[in-house]
Amino acid sequence: MNFNPKHILGIQELSAEELTFILDTAESFKEINTRKIKKVPTLRGKTIVNLFFEASTRTRTSFEVAGKRLSADTINISASSSSVVKGETLQDTAQNIEAMHPDIIVVRHGASGACHYLAERLNCSVINAGDGTHEHPSQALLDALTIRQHKGQIAGLTVAIVGDITHSRVVRSNIYCLSKLGAKVRIAGPGTMLPPGLDRLGCEVYRNIEDAIRDADCVMMLRIQRERQGASLIPSVREYARYFGLNEKKLTLAKKDAIVMHPGPINRGVELASSVADGPQNVILDQVENGVAVRMALLYLVAGGEKLQQD
Amino acid sequence: MAAEKIEILDCEGIDRALTRIAHEILEKNKGVENLALIGIRTGGDYLASQLQQKISEIEGLVVPLGLIDVTMYRDDFGSRNDLSVGQTDIRFPLSDRRVVLIDDVLFTGRTIRAAMDALIDLGRPQNIQLAILIDRGHRELPIRPDYIGRNLPTARNEQIEVEFDAQHTAQAVYLIRS
Repeated sequence: MNFNPKHILGIQELSAEELTFILDTAESFKEINTRKIKKVPTLRGKTIVNLFFEASTRTRTSFEVAGKRLSADTINISASSSSVVKGETLQDTAQNIEAMHPDIIVVRHGASGACHYLAERLNCSVINAGDGTHEHPSQALLDALTIRQHKGQIAGLTVAIVGDITHSRVVRSNIYCLSKLGAKVRIAGPGTMLPPGLDRLGCEVYRNIEDAIRDADCVMMLRIQRERQGASLIPSVREYARYFGLNEKKLTLAKKDAIVMHPGPINRGVELASSVADGPQNVILDQVENGVAVRMALLYLVAGGEKLQQD
Repeated sequence: MAAEKIEILDCEGIDRALTRIAHEILEKNKGVENLALIGIRTGGDYLASQLQQKISEIEGLVVPLGLIDVTMYRDDFGSRNDLSVGQTDIRFPLSDRRVVLIDDVLFTGRTIRAAMDALIDLGRPQNIQLAILIDRGHRELPIRPDYIGRNLPTARNEQIEVEFDAQHTAQAVYLIRS
């Protein structure tokens, strides 16, 4: 198939066929990360700016490594050390960066829709590295790649996602991605963290973790965002850990060969007991490893081919 | 005007050409020591496994076989619409190997240039040789094959098609004039 998107803004806009194509492309890039010389010349001469308005280690490093392994020049800008602290608007910051002619801008921003906003106003490609509570497409793709790696395929699987659903962009992208690829998605969390209307996205909603993970092929635990809204929505972290945290005992409800995933960073002892986080069923580091391959695929697809003129 | 399709080689013809190439590879390399075959996806990989089979029939030894995808090394990345990338699968070290690179059709030489760059990123072979089923001319780079199935002078607008069956055995070579 011919798929060479100008931007990657969300999973919602992509078809099952396009998602599979991205995963297949990522699969081919995985091999490069195991070589002695981990570099191919594909994006030589391209400039990638990682524009991060929120703290990030994994995603930013992953995009940076991905760009470098494809021989692009990558530049990181984080809000705390940029002119944003001097009061510059998002549009002005982005336009100033664009005047330096980068080919791709990878954006993380606290406001939902920030990446769409920039994609409409800039000539270069925009990749969404997480916008507000909207989408985090590269995370959903690396999750899908990890599930496919361990389970062979995604269609027909049952995936349980547990945590703060309302404020999670990871969940939204994952629901779109997994449903499109044919998996059944179950959602669970405390009532204060479950937004209304989830069933309209095609997932089953549970009020307790036990029912959600029973016979699941894959359990995805979300981080309680203690630095954000998370803390005020639950009585206490200890209570959350007791009712919605995953420990070895609860995990026995899932299928024997179920895999445990987490987008990181983990709050040990809160959403994941250490025995599970380090247990044989966890695939958390595979997720990180696959993240580089998925981001290489996204950079490659966005940079390659002749782009159709978009109005 | 309908496209004209002329058969250049049939299944037996391809088989004879591959048998001769297998003998030539063994003659030039004085056996199979340090030898490795690398097929270029897609087409060259199928021919490479046919050659591996031929060599094992002659020498009784199985030569290591690898597959390479050169998409990431192409020089026309910005103008291609099909961006699919295949997997490179080489499970042996290339250092000090005599590598025979195999492709179905040699045309401008740009694919071979990309393949050589890809190989050298993976290790330092003792040498790289080139085996080709059809050499159709029109080189744009200084590249010359060591083993040739058939020399076939063509016009630039003509096409060469190598047909494989479901078992990936080459069945026929066609020249297509439109």
